[in-house]
Amino acid sequence: MGLRPTRGRLVGMGMRLNAETSAARLVGRLSRAVGRGGGTTLPGKLLWKVDPGALDALAAKLPAGVAIVSATNGKTTTSAMLARVLGSRYRLAWNNSGANLASGVASTLLSANEADLGLLEVDEFALPEVMQRVRPRVVSLGNLFRDQLDRYGELEHIAERWRAAVARLPPTSTLVVNGDDPLVADLADGRAAALRFGVDDPRLARPALQHAADSKYCIRCGEPYDYAAAYVGHLGDYRCPNCGHGRPALDVVARSIDLQALDASVFDLVTPAGTVRVRLPLPGLYNVYNALAATASALALDASLDEIAAGLGAFTAAFGRFERIEAGDRQILMLLIKNPAGANEAIRTLEEGGVPANLVIALNDRIADGRDVSWIWDVDFEPLLEGVERIVASGERAAELALRFTYAGFPPERLEVIPELRAALDRGLELVPAGGELGLLPTYTAMLELRQIAVSRGLVRPYWEGAS
Amino acid sequence: MRITVAHLYPDYLNIYADRGNIAVLARRAALRGHSLEVTGVEPGDALEPWAYDLVYVGGGQDREQALIAPDLAARGYGLRRAVDTGTAVLAVCGGYQLLGRGYRGRDGSWMPGAGVFPHETLAGEKRLIGDVLLEADLGGGVMTMVAGFENHAGRTLLDPGATPLGRVVAGHGNDGDSGFEGCRVAAAIGTYLHGPLLPRNPELADWLLGRALEHGGGSGKLEPLGDELEHLAHAVSTGRARSRGGK
Repeated sequence: MGLRPTRGRLVGMGMRLNAETSAARLVGRLSRAVGRGGGTTLPGKLLWKVDPGALDALAAKLPAGVAIVSATNGKTTTSAMLARVLGSRYRLAWNNSGANLASGVASTLLSANEADLGLLEVDEFALPEVMQRVRPRVVSLGNLFRDQLDRYGELEHIAERWRAAVARLPPTSTLVVNGDDPLVADLADGRAAALRFGVDDPRLARPALQHAADSKYCIRCGEPYDYAAAYVGHLGDYRCPNCGHGRPALDVVARSIDLQALDASVFDLVTPAGTVRVRLPLPGLYNVYNALAATASALALDASLDEIAAGLGAFTAAFGRFERIEAGDRQILMLLIKNPAGANEAIRTLEEGGVPANLVIALNDRIADGRDVSWIWDVDFEPLLEGVERIVASGERAAELALRFTYAGFPPERLEVIPELRAALDRGLELVPAGGELGLLPTYTAMLELRQIAVSRGLVRPYWEGAS
Repeated sequence: MRITVAHLYPDYLNIYADRGNIAVLARRAALRGHSLEVTGVEPGDALEPWAYDLVYVGGGQDREQALIAPDLAARGYGLRRAVDTGTAVLAVCGGYQLLGRGYRGRDGSWMPGAGVFPHETLAGEKRLIGDVLLEADLGGGVMTMVAGFENHAGRTLLDPGATPLGRVVAGHGNDGDSGFEGCRVAAAIGTYLHGPLLPRNPELADWLLGRALEHGGGSGKLEPLGDELEHLAHAVSTGRARSRGGK
């Protein structure tokens, strides 16, 4: 190799990549064979350890390139929508298991031999490294909310890392940003290849910013923003009364939105390619934001407006995010909660569609949930507590959760504390009359475990085979 | 009795669920037949801190803290006078730092504080994050175990002879080094512990309420409550601190 440095090095790398990738694929099969999770990240972890540069080479093999989706909330749903829209146009290498760190991305690219396009949901913190390695065609940045401060640090810190990553993005790559989020919109400031999305329907504005609203102060001068409309958390139509910094002109917009309780959202999807009325079979204004992010990304990947409308119209929820599960003669409605903004929207959705009389709410505090459970005090649980009859508090921090409810005035005699998830689920189902519905609001690892319980009872398919 | 509370900068300093601490004080007061009257104070608002029975200052993100720091520093005299006359204070995280003499940034910049607590804070490189357990000494022979969560880059250095809130049993504490956490001056407590602090530490919540009642001219004695859930949450949090605090 030393004699023919240039060619020899290339050949050497290729051979090394092949050897590494077959070993890593084998680990994936073994991992599934021994029933250890979905075997989704183990091979990637191995490859990532042996040679992080392999990610560059794997991404470069995809003829249609790579699209990346990141955000605090909605990245799984947004990438699932994109997959639905693009699935007939491209063969996808898509990390639909939620394995969204660099190792999960490596696993996905490893196991996708025939794919044209990489579709990658990427963790906020892992984004800069993954972006630099895979050189994406499209990057969608959906929102920044306070989330797992013990792991991610403060919002400004994440935004700074994103800013540096965006600065290194090739000028031909399209940057998709949420124009309604001041910190995120600013990342596309002055960039030519950018699409900005947002909501334009003041009838749906919240009367006031929520307690946990972030980015309330002008990113340029620190003055509180005036909101002509606040839609989800701090997302909305903002303008600084002092320096004039405000929401940019939008390229992809949702107008005349009709939120149809727990069934669907119908809205005018206004894009540079034209306008179409879309029926998204998912509740919640936050899912309209996810649909806008998916639309802008799909346009940048050459999808037609018809394909987009059809894909969104046929969408089903990503696992654990507003998932309905049949359990004998009862139904379970599962909504993931993982941070104040996401939990507030889940609660708002339940409020609009009718709060189930019986709820199991589960709080774990593992690394993927955030070890710091203080965020539950930033969630506006109060409207939920008004409509509910009984709550089973569960998970490793069940007592903490129960305190949150009792200090909000929920009667202790209607509250049960059952830390063990299986027992809590059984108790919840027991409380629900035949034909009724149990609301299930778990944090991330509790959601995975509850879903595993549902799988073991044959109620749903495992996540690595796709959402049921 | 009516207990008056000044909540400083609730719109700016609210990152670690600070409203949970207020909710706990309000409910525990109500269960004893008292009422909590909370006044939010934003930058520029007139305030005579000594007229209040309790002053609460929470924590914020760096950016929000920098926005209110000059306003808070300008209230130093009033806040010191309040502490001298027995007003109870609870300052958490950023609020705890800003009630000291000041904060030295990594670039050498100096952000003056209100000078209530005898300490200075230096910006550190690695954040000190995790569950914490303290053996707190509230004076007059009152000892209690306090469980919480810390997440701070600042290293707070107490002056020689200053009284910490407690000894660190597990976790990092003020500076990751001294073995102490927080600071106490009379009925004023500063601490890095959020979680929030008071729901799972009912003895500390009642101690603050007691001092606030005394400031208002009443008896600081409070009937005990059952606190079964509180003690359960405290036990779980204690277990977390013992198994993974300071790591």
